[in-house]
Amino acid sequence: MEKLIEITQQFPKKISRRTLLGGAATAAVAIVQSAQGKTIQKGIAENSIEDPTKQIGTLAGEIGTRSPFVKSVKKPSDISSRSPLQDFYGMITPSDLHFERHHAGVPAIDPTKHELLIHGMVDKPLIFKLADLKRFPSVSRIAFLECSGNFRTGKEEMTPQEVCGLTSQSEWTGVKLSTLFREVGIQPKATWFLAEGGDAAVMTRSIPLQKGWDDAIIAYAQNGEAIRPEQGYPFRLFLPGWEGNTSVKWLRRLEISDAPFYTREETSKYTEPIKDGKFRIFSFDIDARSIITFPSFPQQVEKGWIEIRGLAWSGRGKVQKVEVSTDAGKSWHLAQLNEPILDKAHVHFRYLWQWRGEETEILSRVTDETGYTQPTLKQLFEARGSEGGYHMNPITAWQIKKDGKVLFKPESFR
Amino acid sequence: MNIHYFKYKLLAFVCVGIALSAFQSANYSEEKSTLTYQSKKDSVQTPANFGFGRKATQAEIDRLDIDVRPDGKGLPAGSGIVLKGKAIFETKCVACHGVGGIGGINGSLVTNKNPLDKKKEKTIGNYWPYATTVFDYVRRAMPFNAPGSLTNEEVYHLTAYLLNANEIIDDKTVINAQTLPKIVMPAQKLFVPDDRKGGPEIK
Repeated sequence: MEKLIEITQQFPKKISRRTLLGGAATAAVAIVQSAQGKTIQKGIAENSIEDPTKQIGTLAGEIGTRSPFVKSVKKPSDISSRSPLQDFYGMITPSDLHFERHHAGVPAIDPTKHELLIHGMVDKPLIFKLADLKRFPSVSRIAFLECSGNFRTGKEEMTPQEVCGLTSQSEWTGVKLSTLFREVGIQPKATWFLAEGGDAAVMTRSIPLQKGWDDAIIAYAQNGEAIRPEQGYPFRLFLPGWEGNTSVKWLRRLEISDAPFYTREETSKYTEPIKDGKFRIFSFDIDARSIITFPSFPQQVEKGWIEIRGLAWSGRGKVQKVEVSTDAGKSWHLAQLNEPILDKAHVHFRYLWQWRGEETEILSRVTDETGYTQPTLKQLFEARGSEGGYHMNPITAWQIKKDGKVLFKPESFR
Repeated sequence: MNIHYFKYKLLAFVCVGIALSAFQSANYSEEKSTLTYQSKKDSVQTPANFGFGRKATQAEIDRLDIDVRPDGKGLPAGSGIVLKGKAIFETKCVACHGVGGIGGINGSLVTNKNPLDKKKEKTIGNYWPYATTVFDYVRRAMPFNAPGSLTNEEVYHLTAYLLNANEIIDDKTVINAQTLPKIVMPAQKLFVPDDRKGGPEIK
């Protein structure tokens, strides 16, 4: 409570610590020292907030908080943690709600010890620390990051978070990989590079060299602050529009090569079945996808005007349009797209609908600037001979029941 | 109300006045320059090299450069045999990957030839396109609770065992930097490059 005492001392003497904390006028939030010694704002027990205009509120703190009335959390499993898409209002995912996927936990990395080695088919192998990377010209862009294994189905009681919570969006800041390529001097015969993480999985992916020249970033910041440990602190590779696994976190090494390495994560994993018993390898691009996040399970809607809201994105470029159907796919209507509409970025869409109490299904489908329209699960099944595996981006339907209950619509065509 | 209060009030009025006039003049100059000029380049001149970071020594590269390619590039000295690999597997791997590499809680590594098995798990035998990946992955990430703890020799032994259990090599084959890249995996022909290119076609 040291910090609290310190702050109350800045007040005129007549406002005692007791006034701030005690009696009927209990503040909802207080600034306290946590067990780890960090200053945090913490909700303190209160029966009710009677009239916030009649008591002094919480003092300015060192770190922001969520309202104690807001419960927005990720949904963790052993290997990942899913973003609560249904709680998002705009295009940016708060950094602490960005989905997580890692292969051997989140490593604890001291940035003064961590280094990035670039070697292989280069003129000058170099080692960079975080401080070195920050000296280079920086670049920032808002882009989504989606795990290619981001489709779940099977029961009606599923939220957007459970169906497709392995996608998130941030503003990523860092140094262009092309800048570092020039620094080390890429040899003319190089065609691929290996990206390796500094986690316990020492995870590796082979990336075509051209992506490195095009738009790859070594990102050390996310949404204006240092990248979070779960997202690769002190820095990660970020490949806009490509399956999340390729954006290797806790990056420690790039080896420039004239062939791919066929690592475990690009052979045994992150490959998907297509027709004739074949499997697709090095499938990097995220196909266009959208999902209605409101209304969705477990929400309950009332008759009258409903603004249907959701997210749409494409790994191949900009979202061109989003269409919404409120009659189970019989007719489609253009949704409003909230600006800005960015390249390889989540777009927040909305469509105003008057619900009169009929039982129906609501759906969304996106078309990107290449002319690709998000398929149904049936279309994917017909094209690939499978409805499982990676890179599943089917149209998602929500059932609206007569009583206003909203349920996910699980489908199967096996 | 005391005299200090009025002093502050007066000060506040003066401040607002200054701010307003500043705002007006800012507006005016902004109108004059509605076209904002932004450099397309990072700066007047971008150097060929910035000179940041430090040169990596060969020793520093060797310490980290543990990857192995299908052509064998990166394989270390040493060799492995099936029998020794089986012994290591039964101590360090069986808890997660099951007896004989089948049916473990963290996935089978060996194809189950029992026709009654309906799970059809993806294994090294039926799904991995290159044998070198077994060596690379086991060395960098296994065992899960002690990653990177196996010697190169142990990894060669385990690689030999897993390939033999999947009926890809016989139990006499010695696995080393020369033999491992020559092994043709059953699933190699099943993999095709991504041909999705955007546009209207669903693939």
